[in-house]
Amino acid sequence: MEDIKKRIKIIKFWDYLFGIVGLLSTFVGVLLLVILFIDLFIDGAARLNYKFITSFPSRFPKEAGILSALVGTTLVMFVTAFVAVPLGVMAGIYLEEYAKKNWLTNIIEINIANLAGVPSIIYGLLALGLFVYFFKFGESIITGGLALALLILPIVITATRESIRAIPNSIREASYALGATKWQTVKNHIIPYSLGGTLTGIIIGLSRAIGETAPVITVGALTFITFLPSSPIVKRFPFISFKWLFDPFTVMPIQVFNWVSRPQKEFHINAAAAGVILLIMTLLMNAIAIYIRYRFRRKIKW
Amino acid sequence: MKNQLGKIKENIIEMLLFLSAIFSIIITGSIVFILFYESIGFFKEVSIIEFLTGKEWTPLFANPKFGVLPLIAGTFLTTGIAISIALPLGLIAAIYLSEYATHRVREILKPVLEVLAAIPTVVYGYFALLFLTPLLQKFIPQISSFNALSPGIIMGIMIIPYVTSVSEDSMRAVPMHIREGSYAMGATRFQTAIKVIIPAAFSGIGAGFTLGISRAIGETMVVAIAAGMMPNFTLNPLEPVQTFTSYIVQVSLGDVPHGTLEYKTIFAAGVTLFLITLIFNIIGFWLKKRIIIRGVY
Repeated sequence: MEDIKKRIKIIKFWDYLFGIVGLLSTFVGVLLLVILFIDLFIDGAARLNYKFITSFPSRFPKEAGILSALVGTTLVMFVTAFVAVPLGVMAGIYLEEYAKKNWLTNIIEINIANLAGVPSIIYGLLALGLFVYFFKFGESIITGGLALALLILPIVITATRESIRAIPNSIREASYALGATKWQTVKNHIIPYSLGGTLTGIIIGLSRAIGETAPVITVGALTFITFLPSSPIVKRFPFISFKWLFDPFTVMPIQVFNWVSRPQKEFHINAAAAGVILLIMTLLMNAIAIYIRYRFRRKIKW
Repeated sequence: MKNQLGKIKENIIEMLLFLSAIFSIIITGSIVFILFYESIGFFKEVSIIEFLTGKEWTPLFANPKFGVLPLIAGTFLTTGIAISIALPLGLIAAIYLSEYATHRVREILKPVLEVLAAIPTVVYGYFALLFLTPLLQKFIPQISSFNALSPGIIMGIMIIPYVTSVSEDSMRAVPMHIREGSYAMGATRFQTAIKVIIPAAFSGIGAGFTLGISRAIGETMVVAIAAGMMPNFTLNPLEPVQTFTSYIVQVSLGDVPHGTLEYKTIFAAGVTLFLITLIFNIIGFWLKKRIIIRGVY
């Protein structure tokens, strides 16, 4: 009897111990996150000011800033969203609402799952071969934007599909019963009801694209840019210009990479400051995505 | 007449949607085409045997050597370090979240863990080079300022969410009555997790493991920043190494003219990287498929 009691005690102790170990290992990541943020902030605090955001890169670390990187990131993201969002959402709608269960659909689905696992730098090589040299877009904003668009396409497609799948069939049947066609059903019901999940996926995809460095380096984005791309708004008719699409550019993560790989300590401070801004941008986008998901989940009750 | 027009409109829309779906296949096709097209040019000038068995990788030197083994060693060394951190931590975290944590705790911890995967990798690289490496130098004085260990560790923590999320999903897919059967026999949560849940969720854990490896192999910026860019044929984690990805970055940073042999080397490295990750992705995909089938008990 005593023996059994002792055994049970040992077993219970292990159970208890594992609970603590489990909590601790879950917290290793969280802890790293906190240290990372504090470390980055302390290192970069000295340069986090208005002048840093409004200056061009420079040979003198104290005068260098991230203006061209910020503008570059904004414009590249614009191209990425413009391409990836419609393509991804349309592909998602097709696969959930239109596609028949056949070999072709099957291949498309496996292919999307596989694309999501392709290393990001491979997309850079694709863009280098295809957009830079075959289509002759050069090392320009449109090339960078397209490379990142292809990269996040699987994320947008998957998010769209998941949020469409959550819509109960009764909604579709009710719409058909009133004589609506397939497209009318999709346009008036499926798209609005799945908007929350789709939007969440789009923002998460874009936040990934903002932080991606490898594909943009591979297409040959420059690291030292002391001018802005040409303005999209011009004085003469037709008032908008697309010349900026073909201008050379740099983006935030490349600027961080460039500064961190220099030997001088002063540039590392700049890297940390730019890193803080980049980190805040991605975390903010993720927070918005989580908030939207939460809001839509509460609003819609089937 | 109006009906006819409506029908045409419906068909056009369906066609457009279908084309967007097909586009993903075009992407894969172009990746394969570009990678093979450019590397065929490379393999015309360098024999595939020399490429696969050579122990020296110096394509940018005056007397270039094209042995890929140093890059393979570098890639697998950093990946090995990463996965030996990520697998135990990720697996324990998955067991904790699936078997121990209350609903509330899980709802808070899971999104926080996902944030780890959302942080730009260049920031992780900064952290590996300027925080972890100096820290390691205090304990291991002979470690060089560029090494495989530090980026390996950071990559390991970075891929924890990939390991945890797939493993946890498959553990939660194990039906409740199996768990209850074990509890009814007097087993603790720990015993149930080790003896019942892990074997039942084995394919899912395997899938998380292979997907984590594939991530680590393809990861670029952390190794490009903190591992140095030295193609060393070594498995010593204290020395600088070069991976497939960081080689591609190194060449892309320089001004390599289109069509030269140096230009083609990045595609040869790229195709090798693509094939290695493809193998792991296929295994992971196959294991993931098995969860759903096994889920029906």
